Amino acid sequence: MIEFARNVRLWFAPEEVRQEGTTPDYRFSLANERTFLAWLRTALALIGGGFAVDQFLPDLRWGWRVGLALALLAAGVLCSLRAVNHWMRCERAMRRGEDLPVSRFPALLSVVVAVVAVAMVVVVLVGWEG
Amino acid sequence: MTEPARDPGLQPERTRLAWRRTTLSATVAAILAAKTALHGSTSAAGVLGCAACCALWLGFLLVANRRIRALAAADRPTALAPRQATGAVLCTIAIALCAAALVV
Repeated sequence: MIEFARNVRLWFAPEEVRQEGTTPDYRFSLANERTFLAWLRTALALIGGGFAVDQFLPDLRWGWRVGLALALLAAGVLCSLRAVNHWMRCERAMRRGEDLPVSRFPALLSVVVAVVAVAMVVVVLVGWEG
Repeated sequence: MTEPARDPGLQPERTRLAWRRTTLSATVAAILAAKTALHGSTSAAGVLGCAACCALWLGFLLVANRRIRALAAADRPTALAPRQATGAVLCTIAIALCAAALVV
């Protein structure tokens, strides 16, 4: 948790990142940036999915509709927070010449998306006109 | 007369296009937000939510355009500044919060 707080401080302090280690090949930094953007797109897609559940399943019971939408929106928020945090960790690891950080977030997100998808199938089949 | 050295892997161009794709995703999210906000009867809260999402989308566009210009200007682009990354992420999170407010 302390590590996370330190990272959050670094999000807003670009100078401090540059003080560490050496500047890597700019192509590595750009690749890291593209990975960050890909995660951000995933987050935006999840947020769009939340809107879509709310808009395109109007016959669903209120609780299910709002629950599913909020689950997708929360996943989007988590995904974007993780995107910037992971980008920062990778950037620092590259500057220090360390191994890139490992993460169980992709597996976690896959499981959550799978669960939400199954819930949607069940809800659409059973809860329709609930 | 020597051409400026170009990266054969076209990394800056790919990064620029990644920003463009991400802006497009943000546009889709903002349009869905506007649709949700203005769906059915138009209320003051709906208009306010729609305006907030539009402003956030503009904020995202601003961050993306700045970065795209920086990528195009330099021969060897500098790494993304954490402030820009945080700005883009904060816009995304704020859109999600607007969405939550609009959905509930």
